[in-house]
Amino acid sequence: MTDSKSLVRISNVVKHFDISGGFLDRISFSGGRPSLTTTTVKALNDVSLDITQGEILSVVGESGCGKSTLGRTVLGLYPPTSGEIAFRDTRIDNLSARQMLPYRRKMQMVFQDPYASLNPRMTVRQILEEPTSFHFPDLSRSQVQDKVAEVMRQVGVDPAWAGRYPHEFSGGQRQRISIARALMVDPEFIVADEPISALDVSIQAQILNLIMDCQERFGLTYMFITHDLSVVEHISTRVAVMYLGTLCELADKKNLYGEPQHPYSRALLSAIPRLGSKGFSHMRLKGEVPTPINLPPGCVFHTRCPFTEERCRREIPALRTLPNGSRAACHALEEGRI
Amino acid sequence: MRLWKRFRSSYFLYSFLHDPVAMGSFAILAFLTLAAFGAPVIAPHNPYDTTTINIMDSEIPPVWMEGGEQNFTLGTDAQGRDMLSTMLYGMRISLIIGVGATLMQAVIGIVLGLLAGYKGGRVDSFLMRMADVQLSFSTLMVAIFLSAIFQAIFGVAAFERLAVPFLVLVIGIAEWPQYARTVRASVLAEKKKEYVEAARVMGLPAARIMWRHILPNSMSPILVLSTVQVAHAIMSEAALSFLGLGMPITKPSLGSLINSGFDYIFSGSWWITMFPGILLVLLILVINLLGDWVQDVLNPKLYKG
Repeated sequence: MTDSKSLVRISNVVKHFDISGGFLDRISFSGGRPSLTTTTVKALNDVSLDITQGEILSVVGESGCGKSTLGRTVLGLYPPTSGEIAFRDTRIDNLSARQMLPYRRKMQMVFQDPYASLNPRMTVRQILEEPTSFHFPDLSRSQVQDKVAEVMRQVGVDPAWAGRYPHEFSGGQRQRISIARALMVDPEFIVADEPISALDVSIQAQILNLIMDCQERFGLTYMFITHDLSVVEHISTRVAVMYLGTLCELADKKNLYGEPQHPYSRALLSAIPRLGSKGFSHMRLKGEVPTPINLPPGCVFHTRCPFTEERCRREIPALRTLPNGSRAACHALEEGRI
Repeated sequence: MRLWKRFRSSYFLYSFLHDPVAMGSFAILAFLTLAAFGAPVIAPHNPYDTTTINIMDSEIPPVWMEGGEQNFTLGTDAQGRDMLSTMLYGMRISLIIGVGATLMQAVIGIVLGLLAGYKGGRVDSFLMRMADVQLSFSTLMVAIFLSAIFQAIFGVAAFERLAVPFLVLVIGIAEWPQYARTVRASVLAEKKKEYVEAARVMGLPAARIMWRHILPNSMSPILVLSTVQVAHAIMSEAALSFLGLGMPITKPSLGSLINSGFDYIFSGSWWITMFPGILLVLLILVINLLGDWVQDVLNPKLYKG
């Protein structure tokens, strides 16, 4: 991957959430002496990722693996604990709110729950006009209204309905409006945080097509967060597999679905049910996902990995490029054991 | 036009029209408010105009009792003022102070509650501890303190002139934590919702997110609280006036009227205390009943056991 093509670069991002609570909750007695303990959830551990202009990068993983945290950290909703985020080679994670404004316009988000992501007290027109008149104060009122009508038509919602409130729309229509809100400021990069998970299956396809349609028409780049592997196969250019706040594997869609490398990716992909297959042929993992409060030392996957060796328990594996072009973080792969 | 249409078909109006208590309370409250603010037009006498008051008319009983006069329907007080007119003027003052003090509380409480809830962390801790401290003083104590200081510094004459704004200020300051806590609680619930995150991704400034996005969605608990607080402020004012720390006797509110009549109750002039008392109870009762109904409409999840 060359630097010139990368639109968003995530370098060594760590995000820890402090959940230790108030002063009294933090006091604990160890060995007869009172001490203050801090409890942190290690949501992201040293994640590095380049998002290339024009691609749809899917981020997959099970619940609680840090996919959404990654998306929100990229957009600056959460400040990273350490690490850098760059947009077109400009570091953006340390900017003030004012300096950040031009980048806010370039990076937008589509949310999971179409029932919570639209302000229930604002009409669709107000919802769509607000970002436009905020980011383009030079536009006249009629220009803003024209733009609202144009974008509404593009996402397939009749502009005549602009005066209605979000609760008057169905889930799919609301998600269209949510996409329209992101498109209002002419973004280049959109983080889609499980945009179809809350929708009916029949509507999911429509929204996916809309998302892909917008990509073609406006040259958008997406970071598509989901746990639906068949959707990933349908729309992505590349896929990032995450486990417990760590990036396991980053591969082209074909490579990942054809020959998954990392043991976790293999287990994940073997769990996709196939039509016509008999019995359970999927690779079974033992145990449970460890808590992100107490991460296992070494490779985070070693407690469940069938290929664990001594080194996996000690040393955190780095992301390495493999012969087929995929990148995976695994000692066993590096040593050629699997 | 559109708003009116929405209102016509709203559940709010529907439930109002199907609740006789709410309609009755609203009718009485509307009548009382109109009577109070129309006092200069409809009152038979002007109690503020000392030239029309004759001390010889003092303590005349209501018209249906022996010794009552046609001119004074509900009798007169110890200074010869017509009770009905004085009560109407007094109710106007009570209502102004009640609504004014509630507005004052709402402004302070909403601003601080939004800040505490949205910013969180230290700002939140500081403001909420301040609210705790404020709540640990009772309203009356704060008012007694401040009015004693005020009267000592500026003199009783200045106090008589500035009594209304002073009472609004005192009751407003003493009760703002009620609003701050209610607003904070609902901000904490709202700010986790995705539409607030969407506004943040948009880069909108915090103040705008708080006012335009979070506050409109926190309005229903604020509305419910407001009805309770208006009644509460009127009562606080009455209590202060009864203690002689509120409205002066030259410009009596309902509370100071009750107080002024209290000295004559054992000499048989019960009407000086009774009529303003009944009016005060009625006023607060209908406000509270309306508040109860508003709460039921806006919080359908709240069941009364």
